[in-house]
Amino acid sequence: MSSDAMAIPTARTEPRPWVEVVHEWVTTVDHKRLGILYIVYALLFLVIGGIEAAIIRIQLIRPHNDFVSPQVFNRMFTMHGTTMIFFVAMPVLFGFANYLVPLMIGARDMAFPRLNAFSFWLTALGGLLLYFSFVGGNGLYGAGNAPDVGWWAYAPLAAKAFSPGPSSDYWTIALLVSGFGSIGTAINLIATILCLRCPGMTLNRMPLLAWLNLVMSGMVLIAITPLSAAQIMLLVDRYLGGHFFDTQAGGSATIWMHFFWIFGHPEVYILIIPCFAFMSEIIPVFSRKPIFGYPVMVGATVCIAFVSLSVWAHHMFTIGMNSYANSFFVITTMCVGIPTGIKIFNWLGTMWGGSISFKTPMLFSIAFLFQFLIAGLTGIMLSSAPFDWQLSLSYFVVAHFHYVIVGGILFALFGAFYYWYPKITGRMLNESLGKLHFWLFLLGFHLTFDVMHIPGILGMPRRIYTYEPRPGWETLNLIVTIGALIQGIAILVFVFNLIYSYFKGPIAGNDPWDAWTLEWSVSSPPPSYNFAEIPVVGSRRPLWDLKHPEDPDSRYE
Amino acid sequence: MVRFDQIRRRLSIAAGIAVLLAGILLAASLCFAAPTEPSPLPSIFDPRSTPTKSIYQLSHFVLSVTGLIFAVVFGLLAYAVVKFRRRPGDDGREPAQVYGSTQIELAWTVIPVLIVVVLFLATARVVHSIQDAPKPDTAVEVVAVGHQFWWEFRYPKLGVVTANELHIPVSEAAHPTPTFMTLLSADTDHSFWVPQLAGKTDLIPNRVNHMWMDPYQTGIFLGQCAQYCGTQHAKMLLRVYVDSSEDFATWVHAQQQPAVLDANVTAGRRVFETTACINCHAIAGTVANGRFGPDLTHLMSRQTIASDAALNTKANLRLWIQKPDAIKPGSLMPAMQLSDADLDALVDYLETLR
Repeated sequence: MSSDAMAIPTARTEPRPWVEVVHEWVTTVDHKRLGILYIVYALLFLVIGGIEAAIIRIQLIRPHNDFVSPQVFNRMFTMHGTTMIFFVAMPVLFGFANYLVPLMIGARDMAFPRLNAFSFWLTALGGLLLYFSFVGGNGLYGAGNAPDVGWWAYAPLAAKAFSPGPSSDYWTIALLVSGFGSIGTAINLIATILCLRCPGMTLNRMPLLAWLNLVMSGMVLIAITPLSAAQIMLLVDRYLGGHFFDTQAGGSATIWMHFFWIFGHPEVYILIIPCFAFMSEIIPVFSRKPIFGYPVMVGATVCIAFVSLSVWAHHMFTIGMNSYANSFFVITTMCVGIPTGIKIFNWLGTMWGGSISFKTPMLFSIAFLFQFLIAGLTGIMLSSAPFDWQLSLSYFVVAHFHYVIVGGILFALFGAFYYWYPKITGRMLNESLGKLHFWLFLLGFHLTFDVMHIPGILGMPRRIYTYEPRPGWETLNLIVTIGALIQGIAILVFVFNLIYSYFKGPIAGNDPWDAWTLEWSVSSPPPSYNFAEIPVVGSRRPLWDLKHPEDPDSRYE
Repeated sequence: MVRFDQIRRRLSIAAGIAVLLAGILLAASLCFAAPTEPSPLPSIFDPRSTPTKSIYQLSHFVLSVTGLIFAVVFGLLAYAVVKFRRRPGDDGREPAQVYGSTQIELAWTVIPVLIVVVLFLATARVVHSIQDAPKPDTAVEVVAVGHQFWWEFRYPKLGVVTANELHIPVSEAAHPTPTFMTLLSADTDHSFWVPQLAGKTDLIPNRVNHMWMDPYQTGIFLGQCAQYCGTQHAKMLLRVYVDSSEDFATWVHAQQQPAVLDANVTAGRRVFETTACINCHAIAGTVANGRFGPDLTHLMSRQTIASDAALNTKANLRLWIQKPDAIKPGSLMPAMQLSDADLDALVDYLETLR
């Protein structure tokens, strides 16, 4: 393959009218631009969702606080959950997948560029619809009214009888629309990965990032469909007199739970698998070793995907299933721990014997390993059904899934930002600000989410806008809120770094991390259509082969 | 010679680990306080009934296993980070490129499988022992109905109806009197949770759930609705009074009586019976037989009102009727818009409902 002569000038230098620039971005079908659109869109919602979290935490800073009314509080936690899952985590991960997958498999774009743009704009419309509820929720009455049924929108709370206004409809339609966007992107990723790999890149030589996004896309196809089906049924109930979830007319509240969680649990893996993908790219590069046990990593991921489709009712241990059903979901849930454990061990194996440098991406990756380990272990506690009868629906479970989503997914994402920002913008992120961001965020994260487990153990349920001054609850909630504010400051440092380094960061060059996958063989940012000449690869680490002609990986295959 | 930044780095790592360990110790000491006196703190690690005690024992086992896994994996991670870090003096050569090892990978697959089998068996045993426990003839039966945002408790065999404060007898080993509950919902999903006596079981409309508890100690135990049920989910609190068998019998007898008819408060009774009160509330022996709100026949036998949102004092009662949003904004109790005279009369009447 040829990697030199790739420094093709990327942008015209003469200034253009801003309308033209906006028009270019709105009509673009380029996978890199769409990737950036996804990421920027998600960052915007990250800040909005973060503000909602701050409102929740300020309200809970002391018992009987009246910072917001119960109605506003309920809207805040509903919007916080919905926003963070559907309009932050999903789009940002799709954004990275969009940007990186074609580059890493030596393709010039996604398989269906127009579908790609369509999917993004559907997702974007979904987010706007959800937030339009703040002004349009009560329609003619003028006053805004965001959804307040929780991000699970359990039946029959979301039925017309208990949610009379249109606010729940905004929630339903926003998720339906963005769900179609997700399905479009998943189809696109699958087609791209299966059909557009460059010569020599067999499935067995694909970077793990591509493999894991392939698995994730397959899960999106399986998991989003029941969610969309449930949303349509809910709309039928609300507008056409259906009785799927209408308990007063013989409908079933538990059917909604099944539909929601057969989406909801795989969704967790849809989010975490791309983060495993980031780890599987970052850890080897900063340990200076290839990923340990590549085939097992692929196998474990596929295994997680399959098993995770059979565990959903562990979210429903309290609904009164019989002991056999409960035991079934105990064993399947515990089984997820096996392939997940294998992955953690393989990342450790990658670091073992390496030469680890603690650049910001690696710091976030190590923190990911540590926190994901704890999240997995509290997950095992929750999988033990009787223990779950005590822990679920309490602050313990809130701490647990934030450990997965913040401690796991968000830390991995920050690692990915620091790692690929140079490729995307051409400039390095400021390393000192990066370290400050890391340590502040780590401190805030642990203050908040380590401590948050304890009020759950002491009997504090989730989703309560106020609480009684019980021993321990007050101090613990105060600490949790302080931690949340520190996390907020860290996020501001991060956002500042993103903007500052875009203008002032050191020039990155093609390959600032001395890495091994194809995206580092092209200029930063990569030229239109990525590769002037389609590369040909002979191993899993094409750039290693190029840099070490005396000892290429291809020799061992 | 050790450079300054190395020392600083080591110190910061050490400080980080110290903070972490201190946090874990603090958490552990809070969690594992041994059960002694009844406390106002509804901790799941302070069990007072057979089901919660077996969950408590199971949780110890699960915590030990997960704690051990944590220690091993964290140890390996910390070792790898310290031992294999790039040092300033390194020659910059790439380390040995190792691609994997079938034996090691097999080992770290088989060991987790064994752990899962053990954990599953321990869990399944407890699931079975709690869920499939037979109901003895001496059991007390209670039907709990969840409402937005309060609890209705009916004792079908005893002919007692009450709200928010559940009275049950203590269950002695020699003469077990466990309480078996049937859980229903009148509107949305709720969840019955009294951490010291029972794990959560949901109350779901159009579905019948069951659970049981056999407290082995008298006292007042706090709980609350655990499943988000609407605006005032937070103030859908709950108290369980575990009485000695004599106290329980006395309580049941008192609750079985019709409402007190006090001639001094006829005016207040008139207000009650001629306004919307009777649409939602019942008072046995009068025309009031609504079921949408709590039964008020023995209102004054309860220590709290509005599902434990306020103490049952005269002032609170008055405020609750006049302006419910002051106590529980968003509750379904309407402000009754009564004149001061009517309000006083009504409160005087309610105060006689012992």
